[in-house]
Amino acid sequence: MSDMEETEGTEGPVAPHRVIGTPPPSPRLLGSTAVAEEDGEAPVAGEATGEEHIEGLPPDDPRVIEHTKRAERIVAACFTLAFLAGCGFVAAYVGLGVHSVDKVLRSNLWLGLTLSLALLSLGLGALIWVRHLMPDVETTEERHDLRSDDKDRQAFDQYFRQGTANSQFVKRPLVRRTLMLGTLPLLAAPIVLLRDLGPQPGTSLRHTVWSPGRRLLVQGTNQPITPAQFSAPGSMITIVPEGYEDDQDALTKAAVILIKFRPGELHIPTRYAGSTLIGTMNWTVDNIVAYSKICTHVGCPVALYEQTTHHILCPCHQSTFEATTGATVIFGPAPHPLPQLPMTTNSEGFLVARSDFTQPVGPSFWERG
Amino acid sequence: MSDTDFDVPKALSGTASWVDDRFHTARGFRVLMRKVFPDHWSFLLGEIALWSFVILLLTGTFLSLFFTPSMSEVTYHGSYMKLNGIRMSEAYASTLRISFDVRGGLLIRQIHHWAADLFMAALVIHMLRVFFTGAYRKPREVNWLIGIGLFSLGLLEGLFGYSLPDDQLSGAGLRIFEGVLQGIPIVGTYLAYFLFGGPFPGHDIVPRMYIIHVLLIPGILLALITAHLFFMFHQKHTQMPGKGNTERNVNGQPFYPYFMAKGGAWFFFIFGTLTLLATFATINPIWLYGPYSPVAISSASQPDWYMGILEGSLRIMPAWEINFLGHTLSLSVLIPFALPLTIVLGGAALWPFFEQWATGDKSWHNINDRPRNAPVRTAVGMAAITFYGVLWAEGANDVIADKLQVPLYTITWAARVLVILGPILAYVITKRICLGLQRKDREELLHGYESGVIRQLPDGEFIEVHKPVNEEKRAVLEAKKVPAMLPGPGTEDPNGVPAPASRGMLGKARAFANRAFAETIPIEADGHGNGHHGNGHEVTGGEHEAVGAPGSAALPAGKGDEES
Repeated sequence: MSDMEETEGTEGPVAPHRVIGTPPPSPRLLGSTAVAEEDGEAPVAGEATGEEHIEGLPPDDPRVIEHTKRAERIVAACFTLAFLAGCGFVAAYVGLGVHSVDKVLRSNLWLGLTLSLALLSLGLGALIWVRHLMPDVETTEERHDLRSDDKDRQAFDQYFRQGTANSQFVKRPLVRRTLMLGTLPLLAAPIVLLRDLGPQPGTSLRHTVWSPGRRLLVQGTNQPITPAQFSAPGSMITIVPEGYEDDQDALTKAAVILIKFRPGELHIPTRYAGSTLIGTMNWTVDNIVAYSKICTHVGCPVALYEQTTHHILCPCHQSTFEATTGATVIFGPAPHPLPQLPMTTNSEGFLVARSDFTQPVGPSFWERG
Repeated sequence: MSDTDFDVPKALSGTASWVDDRFHTARGFRVLMRKVFPDHWSFLLGEIALWSFVILLLTGTFLSLFFTPSMSEVTYHGSYMKLNGIRMSEAYASTLRISFDVRGGLLIRQIHHWAADLFMAALVIHMLRVFFTGAYRKPREVNWLIGIGLFSLGLLEGLFGYSLPDDQLSGAGLRIFEGVLQGIPIVGTYLAYFLFGGPFPGHDIVPRMYIIHVLLIPGILLALITAHLFFMFHQKHTQMPGKGNTERNVNGQPFYPYFMAKGGAWFFFIFGTLTLLATFATINPIWLYGPYSPVAISSASQPDWYMGILEGSLRIMPAWEINFLGHTLSLSVLIPFALPLTIVLGGAALWPFFEQWATGDKSWHNINDRPRNAPVRTAVGMAAITFYGVLWAEGANDVIADKLQVPLYTITWAARVLVILGPILAYVITKRICLGLQRKDREELLHGYESGVIRQLPDGEFIEVHKPVNEEKRAVLEAKKVPAMLPGPGTEDPNGVPAPASRGMLGKARAFANRAFAETIPIEADGHGNGHHGNGHEVTGGEHEAVGAPGSAALPAGKGDEES
């Protein structure tokens, strides 16, 4: 440090007067042009710096000079290009409006082109700079044991024991145990506070909004439907419950598909789960059957119906259901048939529900039983 | 006048002095500036993830200025005419606004989405590099675990992020997520109802996902990334084997200016490439999907790539549900949800410790392995990739079926077989390849490489001249290390006492695993030693478990070298 040029001392308007016996004011960092390189390179706490060397030709070789000159021009060209592209980006932002698909696509194209050009030319310039202008330096750093040396470990051990002893933590179990007791409820507090995030599920997953006499509405038009209006065999439509046409929470469970068959195709065996009737021909009307649209796997809408094979397919995970026999599973991960909606016609001839589904719709859950 | 003899502007030198007077920074920066970064292409992979994360923070902040995280219903009257008059959530409407009514909004949205996909991809490739080169070994196990944590959190962050626009595609994904949650035993329905604030979809999930996506998870990610970089800095980089590279040094270029310039260039390249992708490759065009409706679905619905393994697991699983004391255990959902990721991520987390246990190697490792020199590790890695890959591809089985005109069920059945057989085959084949490459290495080391020069001998015979490998190559080849062979089951010392480590079930399992790890092609013809020709491999601090009974190991494996 002593060979540094004395400049203005530390920052501040006036260098303080030097009191005898105190160190001289240090020169400003980076302030001197006469900093000895070797001084700066003195190893810091074992930070070995290794040797530096410039590979290849001497720097004053004409080929090297020519090469670096060219590299310099290319780097400068890259940075200039980045400048121009950046200006182009601002111009595109100002000049090109949005608010329609065509304009958005045009704006996106020019903004994206100019921005990527600016970014890529900055990157390219920097890369050529470091590769072709900076001298090739290879340095070596020593590794030190990560494990502290024995002296430090012993000192740590000793301080820890002394501190613990001073704290009386070991000696006074009453304090220790009541402290732990005192913090215990607070640890549970964050979980307790989360309780009001939502209602308890209760039995709500077992029920839908279908109820006796509720009309089946065609999704989209939201009109009720008679068996005669749904007479083309092989077709499938989506049904929503009347009064809940746009209620997403309700539709998540209550959406239904209606499929029309040719006479004789439909053979739904009468099935029970325990004592509950879950499937029967009696719930169909004129070879029309209503199944839940919600896949019993993880709840996607089963939207694909293949007329020729009578297969209902869930597009998410390809659970496949046989429509003619009560939507029984023939392939894929779904564990249950699609529940059948008990259906009849009302006095006006419209299709209505006889009741809610007799078993839970949608994905399985622990309490399903 | 030397190169370093120039005036530093007063603004800089004054500031540096001012800061140093107060924060003692000169010393720290001096170390930082000289910090050595090894120059190997594979070390750039983690940096891709880092820069993608930075870009995600930048673009995400922009998006948050315009996005409305609300599920209140509005009628759309914006610039996208096809959805004019349609009722939708505010979240979806504001995403349309970002796309069509905010200048640069579409570009930034797409950069954000591409950056998320790249972030996860870079994480995976970086982790594969670390795994296959053994860079996770002591002392870097914690950083390996942090990496697995980053990947796991990234999955959740991505899922919540792409679900925010409340479009048809992501809504279907969210419904699947909810269906899976419901299937968790005992607490499933409660978890689902608490997360969604009641029945699906409710009105709470978007704002809740939003705060988790923009604050909670990014905060944790940022903390973990900081810790990851700090540990890497503190423990210093590993390096590939090579001339002059020892366990006790790091060779490379200093941070200032070399790595700083290269890192900066790399950032610009990644940002520029993501911008190009966002400009020319449309991603997540939510306006085509429409607002979410629980009764609608489109076929060929695929999540973002990193969720593919979960999607494929759900698809591959045959129906299986059991009734347990009057309760439903939905195994068709639980197994695909929990098992594959547990195998892959849990296996990855345990691997460093398993390897230490099986090899008895507790010394530090700063020189990476070439994958061929660790055949068991490489083979297990390839088996994991195969397992992951089959499930991942199965996640797009409908698309594959459509493109290849193969029946859908055939593909699912093929995947069901392959997911079991594939990893086994991959393990066996990879191990053979590794040992084959080791043989080739030995050939090169002992007899030189084929120079391509054909010479005719006086008696008319043609031979190809072999030339000795150069010093650099020799250093690479000789850096090979083989785990010590532990005593096998039933091994006895000269007094007839069985080796303690080989007793019991666990001991037998360990000996079995150890035999696989120790299998190698010795690089010297006599089968002794493995290339420690005084090239600086003094390993200290090794707490090598000395369980091997003297003379029981077929391969000495340089133990004297490993132990201090």
